[in-house]
Amino acid sequence: MEPIIICQDLKLGFGANILVEHLSFTIEKGSYLCIVGENGVGKSTLLRAILGLLKPLSGSIILGEGLQRREIGYLPQQTFVQRDFPASVREVVLSGCQGRCGLRPFYNREEKQIAEKAMEQMEITGLAETCYRDLSGGQQQRVLLARALCASDKLLVLDEPVSGLDPKMAETMYRLVACINRDMGITIIMISHDVREAIPYATHILHMDKDYFFGTAEAYRESEYGRLFLA
Amino acid sequence: MLDKLFMYLQYPFVLNALIVGILIALCSSMLGVTLVLKRYSFIGDGLSHVAFGAMAVAAVAGFTEDMPFILLVTTVFAILLLRTGQNAKIKGDATIAMISVGAMAIGYLLMNVFSSSANVSGDVCTTLFGSTSILTLTKMQVELCGILSAVVIGVFVLLYHKIFAVTFDETFARATGTPVDMYNLLLAVLIAVIIVLAMNLVGSLLISALVIFPALSAMRVFSSFKSVILCSAVFSVVCAFLGIVFSILAGTPTGATVVVADMLAFAVFYIIGIKKSSTQ
Repeated sequence: MEPIIICQDLKLGFGANILVEHLSFTIEKGSYLCIVGENGVGKSTLLRAILGLLKPLSGSIILGEGLQRREIGYLPQQTFVQRDFPASVREVVLSGCQGRCGLRPFYNREEKQIAEKAMEQMEITGLAETCYRDLSGGQQQRVLLARALCASDKLLVLDEPVSGLDPKMAETMYRLVACINRDMGITIIMISHDVREAIPYATHILHMDKDYFFGTAEAYRESEYGRLFLA
Repeated sequence: MLDKLFMYLQYPFVLNALIVGILIALCSSMLGVTLVLKRYSFIGDGLSHVAFGAMAVAAVAGFTEDMPFILLVTTVFAILLLRTGQNAKIKGDATIAMISVGAMAIGYLLMNVFSSSANVSGDVCTTLFGSTSILTLTKMQVELCGILSAVVIGVFVLLYHKIFAVTFDETFARATGTPVDMYNLLLAVLIAVIIVLAMNLVGSLLISALVIFPALSAMRVFSSFKSVILCSAVFSVVCAFLGIVFSILAGTPTGATVVVADMLAFAVFYIIGIKKSSTQ
């Protein structure tokens, strides 16, 4: 399989505070990587490094052939600014195409179509004119997922997409992400604090602790970590 | 009443005041939405105090046309404030508070010690509350205001989608390759320009009102970014027009009258907003 992200001997942190050290792994195209681990082990920091928002202290992150930094779709944890933001769903989804625009001031027809299609796929077309702040938590996450789809048809990076959602909405999110991975062939990197819920969908697991585990989901179930956390 | 108004409109200084007032109201309300949403409401306030300090320096130095100088100083501080917001040793709001009171104190000190005018407190009051300065605009000030407003509106329209992306989610925009820092810088410059323009209308203490009220009112009632911006612009222009006309007819201070008009309209929008959400 063709690699899409290669991390080599990665060292991440802020100044003297080192969170991640000696981390190496390779993500293949079309795989579904789930990153698990306790709070504060540097899961989000790793995502930020992959997105190019944070420079590694040492080591390197190599993007696979044909993938550019701006072509990584991102579903961040929600910020407090967004909760009362007056914007329609369509406006939010369309803003995912901003990376494609470059310096061009307005969206073209192709970008508008991409946004419409992303809304269809996330089953939110009926909400297109609704205000973002009036949506439920699950609907908001679907809107942000549609926005991420506008930014990329290759790789999506999701930071705890189900945190704060009730079990039913979380289930819907997992189903949609699985569809994106299977049917559209988009590689997924997802942080999840709920190992048991996330693992049935993942092909690979990165467990971050003092030591790291990286391997397929089956191998994880057999591993020491897997036995400990899935039991 | 109307006869009196038409009579006043014959005078070029009244017409100038109306043109300048409406342009300023338009510009400040458009950017106001972004500032309020980015939790930057107080940057306008801080910068207006810097502009006051710069004006005092210009007055003491004896510049005949002080606007270009004030514009330069305010822009530099706008950029500085934004920079420190990113890697701050002193946190954002504290920096703004520090700079704004500092500039204020220096401004007043300079005006008091070096002023040639006999009526220092009157001068200070005028700069702070803009009591009559909008009716005494020079031709150059009106032209400069027209050009700058046109630039602000033009840049805003061209960058509309980018401003939306950067306001809604800076991290996402950065991750997907939008040059966020550049747009933030441009926003800072636009804010500085508007602050300096608005000083003519309402004086430096009341500028925040022009930035905040239209945005907050529009956000009560409308639910898409575009409609909020448009409503905010219309709101601000109407209030500025009514405020200026009323102040001329009734002889009240222009800046304060415009702000009171904004407040009354905000109250109306607030009630409409409550009605709207209760019927849904």
